[in-house]
Amino acid sequence: MTSGNESAGGRGRSRAVTALLLAPTSAWYLLLLIVPLIILLVFSLGARAPEGGYAPALQLDNYLELPTRATAFFNTLWMAAGGTMLCLLVGYPLAYYLATRAGTKRTLLLVLVVVPFWTSFLIRTYAWMTILGNQGIPAIAEGLGFGHIALINTPLAVMIGIVYNYLPLMVFPLYVSLERLDKRLLEASKDLGAGRLATFRQVTLPLSAAGLLSGAMLVFIPIMGEYVIPALLGGGKVFFVGNALVDLFLQSRNWPFGSAAAIVLILVILFAVTLYLRLGSRAGIQREVSIL
Amino acid sequence: MTAASRAALDRAGPWVDRVFRAHATLIYLFLYVPIGLVVLFSFNAGGHTGELRGVSLRWYDYALNDRFAMGALQNSFVVGFWTALIATSLGTLAALALQRVPPRVRAIFDALTYIAIIIPGIVIGIATLIFFVNLFGWVNPWLDYVWTAAGLGAPPVIGKGLHTVVAAHVLFTMAIVMVLVRTRLAGMDRSLTEASFDLFATPLRTFVQVTLPQLRPAIVAGALLAFTFSFDDFVIATFVAGPGQPTLPMYIFSSIRRGITPEINAIASMVLAVTITALVTVGLVYRRQARQAGETAAEPLALGIAEDA
Repeated sequence: MTSGNESAGGRGRSRAVTALLLAPTSAWYLLLLIVPLIILLVFSLGARAPEGGYAPALQLDNYLELPTRATAFFNTLWMAAGGTMLCLLVGYPLAYYLATRAGTKRTLLLVLVVVPFWTSFLIRTYAWMTILGNQGIPAIAEGLGFGHIALINTPLAVMIGIVYNYLPLMVFPLYVSLERLDKRLLEASKDLGAGRLATFRQVTLPLSAAGLLSGAMLVFIPIMGEYVIPALLGGGKVFFVGNALVDLFLQSRNWPFGSAAAIVLILVILFAVTLYLRLGSRAGIQREVSIL
Repeated sequence: MTAASRAALDRAGPWVDRVFRAHATLIYLFLYVPIGLVVLFSFNAGGHTGELRGVSLRWYDYALNDRFAMGALQNSFVVGFWTALIATSLGTLAALALQRVPPRVRAIFDALTYIAIIIPGIVIGIATLIFFVNLFGWVNPWLDYVWTAAGLGAPPVIGKGLHTVVAAHVLFTMAIVMVLVRTRLAGMDRSLTEASFDLFATPLRTFVQVTLPQLRPAIVAGALLAFTFSFDDFVIATFVAGPGQPTLPMYIFSSIRRGITPEINAIASMVLAVTITALVTVGLVYRRQARQAGETAAEPLALGIAEDA
C-alpha cells in the first residue's frame, strides 16, 4: 500500500473519510438499536400509565408479574426446541442425500429447497390454513370415515407450520458441511470394518457437527420470536411470547410489562447464542461461527 | 464424488438409495404441494376456498381492481425499494470503512451487527416503535413552539408512516449487507488493489475500477435480500407503519383474519410469480457469471439462508 508515502495531512483526511463512511451506520445502530434497547430496559422497570403507555417508576413489579405469562414462554421454548429437533430429523437425511447421492440433479434439487424460503413467509403459512382447516384434511378424513379430527388451532398445526417454514434454514448449512466432508474418510471407516451405523456415528455425524449447530441456531432463534405461525395456525389457542408482545404493545398497551417480557426473551436468545458459540468453539468450528 | 466411493455406496445395497430418494420426494411434495394449492385455488370460479367450481380469472380481476390491495402493494414496493437502496449503500460503505479502523472499533461494530441480525423482528418492531414514539413526543412540541413563535401558522406534525418502516427495515438489512460485503472483501485479492495504486490510480478510481467490480456479487445479493426481507416483513411493519398505510403483508394478514377469500390466493399467486421470475432471472445471470468465475451457481441463493428475520 502507499500509506507509507502518505503525508500526515493525507492520513488525517483518510481517517476523516473512514469516519464519514461509518457515520450513517453508526447513527442507525445508535438511534434504532442501542437507544431503543436502553429505553426498553428503563420501561421494563416502570409502571403502566392509566391511559396505557409508560409512567416513570423504578420497580421490579413487571418482572415479578411475568409468571402470569409463563404459558407463552413455555410454549415458545418447547415448540422452538421441538421444531428445531424435527427440522433436524427431517432435514438431515435430505441434506445427506443431496450431498452424497443426488448426482447431476444436485444443484437443481438444492435450489428447489431454497426457493420456498424466498417466497412470502405469510403466504406459505396461509397455505396451510386451507389444508389444515376444516375444509381441508379433516374434511377428507371424514369423507374416508375417520370421524372428525381437529387440526387447525392445535399445537400440531403450529408445529407443521414451523417445520414447513424453517426446514430450508436447517438443510442448507447441513448440506454445506456434508458436502465438504472428505468421502475417503467414509471409505476408510468401511475398510476398517465399521458398519453403516458405526461409520455414521463415528465419522459422518461428528464431521457435520458444524453444520448441525449452525442449522439449529438458524432455526431456533427465529422460532423464538415467532408471531405469524401461532397467530394463523394456532388461532389464539397456541400462544407464543411474540403473540403476548403484540397484545401487550398494540392492544392492551401495557408497555412496561411488555418491555419486561421482551427483555427476558432477548436474554433467553442471547443465552442460546452464547451456548452455541461455546459449543462451536469446542467443536473447533470457528469458521462457521463467524458466518452466522 | 469419485467412482470408487460411488461403487462403495452401491455395494451397500440399492435399497438405502431408494429410502433416501423416497424421503427426498416426500419432502419436495411437502414443500411444494401447499404452494401449488394456493395457485390452484386462485383460478377457482367459486367463492369459497376448498371447493373448486371451474376455472376463471375472476379473482385476479377482483384483486387488480381492489384499491386497498393495490395501494398496499405499492406501499410495499416503495418500502422495499428505499430499504434496498439505503441498506445496500450504507452497508457497503461501512464494510469498506471497517477495513481501516482499529480492531476495537471493528469488534464493537461486529457485535452490533450480529445483535441486529440475531434479534427477532418482533423485538426490532417494538424497539423502533418505542424510539419513534419518544422522538415524535419530543420533536412535535418543539416544532409547534418554533412555528408558533415564527408565526408560520399550523405546525407540521411528524408521525409514523412508510418512512418509519424503511428506517426499521434498514437496521437489520444493512447488517446483512455488511456481513455479505465483508465476507467478500476478506476473500478478495489485495494484489489487484495494490497494482492499481502502483499504477498511480487515485483511491476513487481504484475503488470504481478494481474494488467495486469484485464486490458486485455481494452487493447485488445484499440488495436482493434487503428488498425481499423488506417486501416480506409483516411483524416490524405492524408496529411502525402509520395508520391507513398498510404494506402488502399487513393487508394480506388482516384479510386472512377477516376470513379466507379467494382474492388472497390470487394476490399470493401473483407475488409468487414475481418472486420466482426474479429468482430464476438472477439465478441464470449468476450461473453465467459463475461459469466465468468458477463459483457455484447456488451461492447467491445460498446467501439468503443466512438470515430470516
